[in-house]
Amino acid sequence: MPDQPSASATQSRINDFVLKIGTVNGTGSASANGLLMKALFRMGVPVTGKNLFPSNIQGLPTWYEIRANRDGYMAREGRVDVMVAMNAQTYGKDLAEVTPGGFFIYDSTWPREKTLSRDDVTVLGVPLAKLCNEHFSVARVRILMKNIAYVGVLCALLDIDRAIVKQLLEETFAAKPKLVDSNLEAINLGWDYAQANFTCPLPVRAEAMGDNSKHILIDGNSAAALGCVFAGATVGAWYPITPSTSLMDGFQGYCEKFRKDPDTGENRFCIVQAEDELAAAGMVLGANWVGARAFTPTSGPGISLMSEFIGFAYYAEIPSVFFDVQRVGPSTGMPTRTQQCDVLLCAYASHGDTRHPLLLPADPRECFEFAVAAFDLADRLQTPVFVLSDLDIGMNDWMIPELEWDDRYRPDRGKLVGPKELADMEKFFRYLDRDGDGIAARTLPGQDAKGAYFVRGSGHNRYGGYTEDSAEYQDVVDRLMVKWRTAAGLVPAAKLRPADQPTRVGIIAYGSSDGAVNEALDRLNEEGLGLDYLRIRAFPFGEEVRAFLDSHDTVFVVEQNRDAQLRSLLLVELGASNEQLVPLLHYNGMPIPSRCVEDAVRAHLDEEVAA
Amino acid sequence: MTYIPKPRIDLPTDRINAIGLRQRDYEGVLSTLCAGCGHDSITAAIVQAFWELAIEPHQVAKLSGIGCSSKTPAYFISGAHGFNSVHGRMPSVATGALAGNRDLTCIAVSGDGDSLSIGFGQFGHVVRRNLNMLYIIENNGVYGLTKGQFSASADPGSKAKKGQVNQMQAIDPVATAIALGGSFAARGFSGDRDQLVPLIKAGVRHRGCAVIDVVSPCVTFNDHEGSTKSYAYTRKMSHKAVEADLVPPAEEITVSYADGDAVRVRLHDGSTVLLRKNDPAYDPTDRSTALQYLEKHRARGEVVTGLMFLDETLPEMHDVFGTTSAPLAETGYEALVPGKEALAKLQKKMR
Ligand SMILES: Cc1ncc(C[n+]2csc(CCOP(=O)(O)OP(=O)(O)O)c2C)c(N)n1
Ligand code: SF4
Ligand SMILES: [Mg+2]
Repeated sequence: MPDQPSASATQSRINDFVLKIGTVNGTGSASANGLLMKALFRMGVPVTGKNLFPSNIQGLPTWYEIRANRDGYMAREGRVDVMVAMNAQTYGKDLAEVTPGGFFIYDSTWPREKTLSRDDVTVLGVPLAKLCNEHFSVARVRILMKNIAYVGVLCALLDIDRAIVKQLLEETFAAKPKLVDSNLEAINLGWDYAQANFTCPLPVRAEAMGDNSKHILIDGNSAAALGCVFAGATVGAWYPITPSTSLMDGFQGYCEKFRKDPDTGENRFCIVQAEDELAAAGMVLGANWVGARAFTPTSGPGISLMSEFIGFAYYAEIPSVFFDVQRVGPSTGMPTRTQQCDVLLCAYASHGDTRHPLLLPADPRECFEFAVAAFDLADRLQTPVFVLSDLDIGMNDWMIPELEWDDRYRPDRGKLVGPKELADMEKFFRYLDRDGDGIAARTLPGQDAKGAYFVRGSGHNRYGGYTEDSAEYQDVVDRLMVKWRTAAGLVPAAKLRPADQPTRVGIIAYGSSDGAVNEALDRLNEEGLGLDYLRIRAFPFGEEVRAFLDSHDTVFVVEQNRDAQLRSLLLVELGASNEQLVPLLHYNGMPIPSRCVEDAVRAHLDEEVAA
Repeated sequence: MTYIPKPRIDLPTDRINAIGLRQRDYEGVLSTLCAGCGHDSITAAIVQAFWELAIEPHQVAKLSGIGCSSKTPAYFISGAHGFNSVHGRMPSVATGALAGNRDLTCIAVSGDGDSLSIGFGQFGHVVRRNLNMLYIIENNGVYGLTKGQFSASADPGSKAKKGQVNQMQAIDPVATAIALGGSFAARGFSGDRDQLVPLIKAGVRHRGCAVIDVVSPCVTFNDHEGSTKSYAYTRKMSHKAVEADLVPPAEEITVSYADGDAVRVRLHDGSTVLLRKNDPAYDPTDRSTALQYLEKHRARGEVVTGLMFLDETLPEMHDVFGTTSAPLAETGYEALVPGKEALAKLQKKMR
């Protein structure tokens, strides 16, 4: 028997392991990986999946990392317990990555190079290609089924419930029962081989636990798209760009489902694939100008192109919603890798004195909620609002508590005056702040000539007229700062997770770093290192952020970019001190692992003690 | 050749139109352009056309990019909402505006710099999208607002004020619009209001993107000897190919024409565009002959004017997208939100 695993080589890890699968993109491995992930989910095991893929359509290495964790930790951990190496090109790299005591599964149809062995890793060969070639006759089917066959192997080795896998296949292929049969045959090929040749299950394995029925698996882009539908957005304009494309695909899909006029079949939505991002931004402004809720999903390069219109919307005060699903920059960078690198770009996008509210969702649930909030804020504040998610949140499947909706919700359209209100006014002036909150009332085209005004990006006074008068110009931009302060009280407040004991050491993070920070804090806490944690959820910063800085001597600022961009905002906007804010940065393009946070905090605090 | 006399347009300005408005109700603030600028004459033609069409001012959305030309929406229809956008990108704002409210009557003004250089992409794409709008390019062969640099519509051989001669090829927005699959392409001259007003009216009533290139001399930077966009040159070399008249649905066309002299095109709103041709061989409903005709006369240095091409059968953007007939901006939230139950049901599939 080849490579018999020895149970003693590793400690047992039940519902606490990382499974990584290396394949070649374009071979259909996504469905196999999704199947594994969902099967674990249905067994009640908390699970997340990270797709680490190339910017290419076919033929390059791609990995899928599944973390099953009974405590519900969702971040990457930084270890690999079981590696399935389906891609001969990356065998060496994949083997090197396995944590000592782990397992390495490969396709043994072809001889493996001698150099590829490790004493501290159990290597298991399964002749997957051979099994599938003998069993299936069509070439394309053989390739696809090879992937399904490793699902069978893993069911045996990790004790994943085959009945659940069968059920999932039946649901997926409800319309094509024949496919259920061939997929099950492939599952059994792998399963039977593993049972006959290895001691199953491995000490690293799954076990049915709790109940996940109040949770869902969803990616952030789909959740944000749903948020747009529920917010009542009707116009979407976009230019395709990874990793934001699936947001508009999602919006289109949900609109097809929910927004067809039941009588006529006509669309209660309008999606325009623009000629570029400059145009997409213009379309969003045009639609919001006439009173339709409109948005555009994009990524960094798109924001760069949209910048002139963003400044226009800021100055002319046009509500607009921009989703920036961040990817690795600068320039084209690494389009299929994740970063939080557009914080400064979006905060001050466009020339001149401009500043924009940013919403920073930490997971798909907040993508949904913040999408709705973004439209309300944009209408209320009459300004561009950014939702900054990233590739990790946007494109990976996250396990989150079910999305909730309150049917009493009604959009906050802000200060809109129509013919009725206009009738009571002697004259309408577009930029007159009557309430002292920096927000003037607006009118919509097509309603009443009395409310007509001329939107312009050129100098204008509080009445909406063109001006080159210094005082009149300054009057308007100063009011915009009053509005900015109003915004600070309206955006989602930061969330505090206090340490068990009072401490002067704090940690700040935002967006997709949240999972890694929470897990790291638990670990540090076990060692007696307690930190207060403030998760920032928006810019401009509310009073709670200032209070947090005031009450801590050392504050780690966790970010997934090189330049500590949010830290810069804290320094500039709140006058925090350089020494107080310790940057904790991870920017290699992979989602930040909890270990990175944990190690950096420990190292810094040790150093401080030593100093 | 048969001929119908042009309606006399010297209407007293206090006459009211079908909805009780006077011509001055279609005016805007006072122009700040140079005295004699062609753009101001176009503004006057727009005022007259909209007054004659008796369109409610608040139903109009007027948009523009950046340039002297793009300032002009401030000078007409003060009861209409206006959007003076960024340089070259008015078409995208118009697209969004009509995506959100398809009931608006959209008139956009641009310049040759605005549409043929920085905004060439957006110009091309709005034509391709066949957005239901009137798109006027006030074409003077230069960037007026930045003090007279050649634009992409400057003809080869045309001389700048300071003497340099343009050697690059000119982009003709009319030929471009036709070549891009546009549905309405016309050329006028700011100095010929009789011809221009009916073109504007037909463009407003046309369902789709009506492009009207209007030669509009810049008296300050491009009206000298040697310029091919001067008043004198345009007057001299103007070649009227087709006269267009808009006949409202109510008015019967009683005059008869000899075969080949006139073409009638029925518009979606029931009115008719009557195309009276000066050259019987020319067919303004045929894309390739229109292009050939333009090219033939361009080679002679002539400025061909008239409604050069019209196809009322092409689908406009909302036809392609299958959007509801009610403006999206006016659709109640209740008709847009799926609700709590639908969300719960949807999430069953996410487990
Ligand atoms: C992004 C940007 N670049 C440059 C300018 C400067 N600019 C203003 S108007 C103009 C050219 C306008 O030419 P045209 O559209 O032909 O209008 P005209 O003044 O001739 O009517 C330029 C280059 C600008 N406003 N914005
Ligand atoms: S510079 Fe030329 S285009 Fe501009 S207003 Fe003067 S004449 Fe008109
Ligand atoms: Mg010009």
